[in-house]
Amino acid sequence: MLDKLQQIETAALTALDAVQDEAALDAWRVRYLGRQSELMQVFSGLGQLSKEERPAVGRAANQVKVKLEAALDEKRAALKEAALERALREEKVDVTLPGRAPRRGRLHPSTQTLRRILGILGEMGFQVFTSREVELDEFNFQYLNFPPDHPAREMQDSFYVEAGERGDNPVLLRTHTSPGQIHAMRYYAAMNPDNPPPIRIALPGMCFRYEQITARSEVQFNQVEGLVVGENVTFSDLKGTLAEFARRMFGPQARVRFRASYFPFTEPSAEVDVECFVCGGKGCPVCKHSGWLEILGCGMVHPVVLQNGGYDPQRYTGFAFGMGPERQAMLRHKIEDIRYFWGNDIRFLKQF
Amino acid sequence: MKLPVSWLYDFVDVRDVPVEELAHRLTVSGLEVGEIRFVGWKMPVRAEGEKQAFKISGLEWDPEKFVVAEIRAVNPHPNADRLVLCDLFDGQQERVVLTGAPNLFEYKGKGPLDKPLKVAYAKEGAVLYDGHKDGWHLTKLKKAKIRGVVSDSMVCSEKELGISEEHEGIIIFDDDAPVGVPLADYIGDAVLDIDILPNNARNANVLGIAREVAALFDRPLRKPETSLQTVGESLLGKARIEISDPALNPRFMLGLIRDVQIGPSPYWVQRRLRLAGMRPVNNVVDATNYAMLEIGEPLHAFDYDVLRQRAGGDPVTIITRAARDGEKLVTLDGEERTLSSVNVLVCDARGPLSIAGVMGGLESEVTENTRNVLLEAAAWNYINIRRTANQHALHSEASYRFSRGVHPALAEDGLKRGLYWMAQWSGGQVAPDFIDNYPLPPKTVRVQISSNDVRRLLGLELSAQEIAALLGKLEFACEVDGETVTATVPPFRMDIGEGVIGRADLAEEIVRLYGYDRLPETGVRDVIPPRPVNPLYDLEETLRDSLVKLGLQEVVNYRLTAPEREARLYAAAPEQAPAESDYVRLANPIAPEKRVLRRHLLASVLDVLERNQRLDDSLAFFEIGPVFIPSDGPLPDEPHELALVMQGARREPAWDDARPPQLDFFDLKGVLEALLADLQLGPARFEPLRDHPFFHPGKAARMIVQEQEIGLFGQLHPLVQDACELDKAPVLAALIDLDGLLNAAPRRAIRPISPFPPVLEDIALVVDEEIPAGQVEALIRQTGGKLLADVRLFDVYRGEKIGAGKKSLAYSLTYQAPDRTLTDKDAAKLRKKIIKRLERELGAQLRG
Ligand SMILES: [Zn+2]
Repeated sequence: MLDKLQQIETAALTALDAVQDEAALDAWRVRYLGRQSELMQVFSGLGQLSKEERPAVGRAANQVKVKLEAALDEKRAALKEAALERALREEKVDVTLPGRAPRRGRLHPSTQTLRRILGILGEMGFQVFTSREVELDEFNFQYLNFPPDHPAREMQDSFYVEAGERGDNPVLLRTHTSPGQIHAMRYYAAMNPDNPPPIRIALPGMCFRYEQITARSEVQFNQVEGLVVGENVTFSDLKGTLAEFARRMFGPQARVRFRASYFPFTEPSAEVDVECFVCGGKGCPVCKHSGWLEILGCGMVHPVVLQNGGYDPQRYTGFAFGMGPERQAMLRHKIEDIRYFWGNDIRFLKQF
Repeated sequence: MKLPVSWLYDFVDVRDVPVEELAHRLTVSGLEVGEIRFVGWKMPVRAEGEKQAFKISGLEWDPEKFVVAEIRAVNPHPNADRLVLCDLFDGQQERVVLTGAPNLFEYKGKGPLDKPLKVAYAKEGAVLYDGHKDGWHLTKLKKAKIRGVVSDSMVCSEKELGISEEHEGIIIFDDDAPVGVPLADYIGDAVLDIDILPNNARNANVLGIAREVAALFDRPLRKPETSLQTVGESLLGKARIEISDPALNPRFMLGLIRDVQIGPSPYWVQRRLRLAGMRPVNNVVDATNYAMLEIGEPLHAFDYDVLRQRAGGDPVTIITRAARDGEKLVTLDGEERTLSSVNVLVCDARGPLSIAGVMGGLESEVTENTRNVLLEAAAWNYINIRRTANQHALHSEASYRFSRGVHPALAEDGLKRGLYWMAQWSGGQVAPDFIDNYPLPPKTVRVQISSNDVRRLLGLELSAQEIAALLGKLEFACEVDGETVTATVPPFRMDIGEGVIGRADLAEEIVRLYGYDRLPETGVRDVIPPRPVNPLYDLEETLRDSLVKLGLQEVVNYRLTAPEREARLYAAAPEQAPAESDYVRLANPIAPEKRVLRRHLLASVLDVLERNQRLDDSLAFFEIGPVFIPSDGPLPDEPHELALVMQGARREPAWDDARPPQLDFFDLKGVLEALLADLQLGPARFEPLRDHPFFHPGKAARMIVQEQEIGLFGQLHPLVQDACELDKAPVLAALIDLDGLLNAAPRRAIRPISPFPPVLEDIALVVDEEIPAGQVEALIRQTGGKLLADVRLFDVYRGEKIGAGKKSLAYSLTYQAPDRTLTDKDAAKLRKKIIKRLERELGAQLRG
C-alpha cells in the first residue's frame, strides 16, 4: 500500500511538470486530488485495512496529499506569473496613434485677458463695476471735462445713435469705459452724500470708436479702467499702484515708466510704459527695440470730474488708469491682426 | 509738429545735448517725439537689435564728401544741350562738374560769373538719394562717363540730400555760404516729429518748445528779436477795425509794410519751412508762415492797395462778424465757398475778404505785384474756427492752431516778428504804429498752491520756494507767502484754470519739471472700500466657466450688425421680423452691414457657426453679452443674454470612431441641465415649444425653473438653417434669459449621504405614445416620496412586442432611507404603490 502511495505521488508530480496552463492544471487537480482520484480512494479504503496498517497508511496518504496540494499551489503561482509575463511581453499599443479628443471649450482670448487683469486688480482690492454701452454725450464726454467742441474729442471719434435732435447731448456708443467713473461715483456718493465713501473699482467693458477696420484698428475693443477716490490718494500712490500691478501682471522684474500726457478727465496725466515683457527691456521687435511697451494711460481724477461725480475736489482726490486687454493679448501672443478678435475663427480661438 | 532742431537752437542753446536725449526729455515731459529724421547730422550708430528709443530715419552727410562749394562759371556741354559743365571750387581744388540742373541754364556760356553760385557739392564716394527715382533710394557716387565727359561728383538738389522732395534744380545757397565747410556743419539738421496733444497747443511752435527745453535743461531762453525800424507815415488813421462780437474775435491787430519786393526767400528760410512741412511761396507769405511756426500766432497778409482801392479813398475799414447763411466768398484756392453763421468773416466796407483764421480770399491776397502789405494778427474763438475748418474741410497750419486756441497776447508778438522778417527778406519798410482793437483781453489767472496741496495731490514734499522755483522756469510769476505760492499764469497760456482746477493744472507742471521718473512709488493708504454688489457680472462669469467646462467655445461678436442679417432668424415667419425702426440705429455708420446695434444674440452666434462651417467636425459656441432694444427714453435697454449653438458630431471623431453620431436635441438639453446643476438650480421643467419662429415646432422646448421660464431651446427651424446658409446637420440652439436666472434662487444646502444601503430595482412600463416621459417620471417621484432616492430612465422601446401607438419606458429606481436599512418588503410596498398609481392615472402597464 505504501508503495502504491509512492507510485501515486511520483505519477502525479511527473504529470504536474507537464502542465502548461490553467485548464490542464484543473484537469490535473481533478485527476490526482479529486474525489475519484486514486489518492482519495486510498483514504476511503482506509477502513478496510487492518488496525495495524491503518495509521501508517493514513499518515502516508496524508503526507502525499499535503505534498501534492503544495505542488499544486506552487504550480498555480508559477503559471500565473508566466501568464502575466507573457501578457506584459506581448500586449502593446501603437503609442503614436492619436488620442481620442474630448470636446474642449475655451474662453475667448479677450475674456481670458480681461480675467487676468481683473483677477490681479481684485487681489489689489479693486471690485468690478460695470455700466451701459450706449451713453449720453454728457456721461461720455461732458461730465468727464470734454466740453462740446473740445479739441480732445478729436482723439475719440464717436458713433452716434439716431435719437432725434438732442442738441449738445446726443446719444452715442461709449468711446471709453470712463462714463462708468461718473456712474460709480454717483452710486457711491448716493450712499452718503455728505460723506461719500472711498472708492476702489475696476471698470471693464466694450468701447467703440469710429475708425476704419484694419489690422491695427477696430470699431470695438475692450477697456479696463481702475478708479480710486479717497481723502489720501496721491499721484505717487498711482505710480506705486501701477508698479505693483505691472509686477503682478508682467512678472516681478517689470518696471514702469511715467511720461507726461494728456487726457481731459485727469490732471496730471501720464502714459505708462512697462518694461517689455517679451525681451525684459533689452530691446526686441515687439517693443520696437525701445525696451518699453506703452500699456496704460492714467492720471489724477480731474477736479471737474470729481465734482460731477458728487465728490468735493477740495476734500477728495483720486486716480484713474485705463488699459486695453486686446492690445495686451496682441503683445503677449504676438498677434499681428486685431481683426482676429471679433472674427471668431476657431483656428484662432483654439490656440488659447 | 515737425521741428528742425537747428531752429530750436535759435532760442535755446542745447547744442551739447545729443538729439536723442533731447527727444527723450521732451517725450517724458509730454511732448512725445514719434520720429527723429536726420538731415545731414551724424546719426547714432547701434548694433543690430540694440535698444533704440525712437524711430530714426534720414541721411548723414559724410563731412569729407559733402562740402559747400562755389560755381565760378557755367559752360555748355560739347555733346548735350540739356547738360552743362560747371567750373567749381570746393575750398581745396578746382573741378569740373557735370549737371542738368535747369536753374543753372541762365548762366550758361556767360563766362566767369561776377558773383559765384554757392552750392552743395558731393564728391566721389558720397552716399546720397537718387534724385531720379520715386521714393528714397540710396546710391553711391561713382566715376562715370556721360556723353564723353568724365563725371565723378555732383552738385545736389534737396531731394538728393534728403531735405525735401524738391528736385527741380540744385540748391543755390545764400551768398554768404562758407566755401569748403562741410555741408553738415552749414545746413545739417535733425527734425523731431512731435505729437502735440490738446493741452500742449501753446507749444505748437518753435518758441514754445524752446521754452520747455529751457525749463527742462535749466538753460536761458533767448526771446525772438522783434524790434522794428519804422519809416514813413503812421498807420494810424489809415485803417480802422470794427469787431461786431468780441466773443468771436477778442483781438484784431494790423500792421503795415511798404515797398516790399516780392521774390524768393533766402535759402535757409526755404529749407527750414520745408523741413517743418510747409511750402515756400515768396518772401512775404514765407515771413507770415515762418513767424507763425516760431511764435504760434497765424498771420494773414492783405494786399494793402487792393483794400485801398475797394475803400475808394476812405480809410480801410476792417469789420469782423459772423457770416450770413448762404453768403459767398472765393477763397485764395479759387473755390467759391458758401458760408454759414458758424463761420467768422474778415470784411471791409464792400464785403468779405477772408474766412477768419482759416483761409484768405482770392481778391485781396498777396501776388507778385504786391507793393504794400497790411498784416493781420488776430485772436478767434476756437470753436468757430474748428467748426469752420471741419465744415469746409480746410485744414491748414493756421486753422490747426486757431482751432486749439491761441492766446490773444500772442497777436502782438506775432505781428512784430512777421513784419521783422518781411522787412529783412523783402526790403520793405515798416510803417510806424499798429492798429490794435482788443475788446476782450483774457483775465489774468492767478492760482494759489501750497506745499500741502502738492503733498495731497502728488505725494511730494516740496517747500513753497521749491514750488516757486519750478514754476518760475515756465515763466509763472510766483509770490511766496509762508507755505503758499501765488502763481500768475504767463500771457501765452490758456490751459491753466482757476481755483481747485488751477491747482491740479499747476500740480502737473510741477511734477513735469520735478520729473515723472523721480516720483516715488507708494501704495494707497485707505482701507479697501465695501464691495458693490454685481450679481449679473458674477452670474455671467459662472456661466462662462460652466459652458467652457461643458465643451463650448466662447465667442465675442461685433455689437454692430444689419437688420437683414438678423432677419434670417425669421425666415420661417418673415412677418414677425423686427423693422429697421425697431433697432438702435447709428447716425454715422461706418458701413451698411454695421448700421444698427444687435437685437438678437443668437443671430451673432449663428454667424460664427456659418463662418466656421466645415472647419471642424463638431462646433459648439456661446456668447454672453448685451442686446440693444429701443426704449421710450433716449437710451436703449441693454438686457444681457446667453445664446449657444451646437452642430456636428457628438464626440470628436477618432481613428476607430470615424463617424460619431450627430448632436441632437438631447445633447443640448443635457448641456442645459448640467448648466443649471452648476448654478445649483433645477431640476427644471420642460414644456414643448410649438410656435416659435426660430425653432423646429416638434423639437423645441421652454425651460422652466421655479415656475419661471428662463430659456428656449431646440433644433433650429429648417428654413432658418437654410437662410443662415448652414450645412444640413441639425443645429441646436438655446437662448437663456440672464435676468430669469438671476431671479431663480439657487439651492445651497447639500443633502446628507445615507449610510444605509440602497435597494435597487428596474421597472418597465408600457404607456401611450402621447404621454411625455417627464410626466411618467414626475408621477414616479411624487409617489415614491422621500424613500425614492433616484429615478433614471435607461431605455425607451417601441416595437411590435408592445403594439402600435405604445412605448415602453424602463426606469431604474433607487430606494433608500436616511435612518435605516430598507427591507425588501419596504421596497415591494413602494413599488406596488408606484405601479398602481401609474396604472390608474396614466393607463400604464407593467411590462413582463
Ligand atoms: Zn522687447
